[in-house]
Amino acid sequence: MTKGLVAILLTAILTQNFVLSKFLGICPFLGVSKKLNTAVGMSAAVIFVMALSTAVTYPINLLLESKDLAYLQTIVFILVIAALVQLVEIILKKYIPALYSALGIYLPLITTNCAVLGVVILNVQNEYGFWESMFNSVGAGLGFMLAMVMFAGVRERMESCEVPKFMRGLPITLVAASLVSVSFLGFTGIVEHIFG
Amino acid sequence: MAEKKSLFKEFSKGIVIENPVLRLVLGTCPTLATTTSVQSALGMGLAASIVLVCSNIVISALRKVIPSKVRIPAYIVVIASFVTVVQMLVKAFTPELDEQLGVYLPLIVVNCIILGRAEAFAGKNPVLASAVDGLGMGVGFTAALFLMSSVREILGAGSFYGISIPLLSNNPMLIFILPPGGFFVFGLLMAVVNRLAESRGKPRAELRGCEACPMNGTCKLHNEGTIAPPQETKGEVSAS
Repeated sequence: MTKGLVAILLTAILTQNFVLSKFLGICPFLGVSKKLNTAVGMSAAVIFVMALSTAVTYPINLLLESKDLAYLQTIVFILVIAALVQLVEIILKKYIPALYSALGIYLPLITTNCAVLGVVILNVQNEYGFWESMFNSVGAGLGFMLAMVMFAGVRERMESCEVPKFMRGLPITLVAASLVSVSFLGFTGIVEHIFG
Repeated sequence: MAEKKSLFKEFSKGIVIENPVLRLVLGTCPTLATTTSVQSALGMGLAASIVLVCSNIVISALRKVIPSKVRIPAYIVVIASFVTVVQMLVKAFTPELDEQLGVYLPLIVVNCIILGRAEAFAGKNPVLASAVDGLGMGVGFTAALFLMSSVREILGAGSFYGISIPLLSNNPMLIFILPPGGFFVFGLLMAVVNRLAESRGKPRAELRGCEACPMNGTCKLHNEGTIAPPQETKGEVSAS
């Protein structure tokens, strides 16, 4: 049981990294990774929202499936996530201002982030139980953070590089992302080898 | 005549001048994820186009009914309904496409092109113009996906639309259909498109960050200037 959970966590962080091998959450990955502290703040907010929305949508999904309404998943999940993000924002603002000032500004951006809806849908598609879903979500969030932090470092170094004119801006950023993604290919099969 | 001409303009702008993927840099997630083969790229493009046209029509028809304060959730509900319809159709009629697209099919809901068009065009314009705008953007999206998937499938799998190409299929460069190849091909494609745009005196395509984001108006990052607009990237981060 624990072994399976750790395997799910490691798979989500390393081999099936959300950004670099599943291409979910590319917009914040390219848009918010210019500075290290914004990258960390954004990814912390993503981890928080991913874990919370998985915990909330899991019982809702059970209810939908028991009533034979599984086809409503997409609509229900996106609305629940949107409402949840709003609610969290209000609660944090009122009761935990310190956390709000750290994460609050990133929350509205996350509503339409495909990584959050993606992890919820993947949990359902893989037929994960509650704890498996939670570990998968937290792992996906941590993987997002790892990719963001690594890429912020790469981009800070790239600022001081002499890039050919036609590659400047977005093209070189994408090629750099490609190289970071190659490094994650090295993890292929590692989880299967460790856990059999 | 004049009206016909402007409708054609709405249609054609989505294909070249304002191509959603290559010029506006929207919808990057499905662009990178579903272009491993021409087949899945065309399926994705078609599915997203159907949702785009239908949601544009409905949102534009309802534009005077929806209060502006709750417009984003309302748009999301409309889009999600059409995505569900498309999802069920694909599952019923082309199950192998459903398998190829996997999680990216329901994720059309959060495709920024669709919400972006709803916010930028369909919420302000009459029904016919919105439908044409959605069609143009959909064709542009599909064309960009087709272009990218052709490069990736020919180089990475040595085939085109599942038909293997002699010589190339002996030793395909597998890396092109793996994730890094997606970033790489997209980067080079953007460089070529930027070069072409520059030679015609058009601005380079940049990641717009906030301007393209449908949450633009409500987002505090933008209002407080935490994420600076693309030109002034030196703005201090006031988040901490």
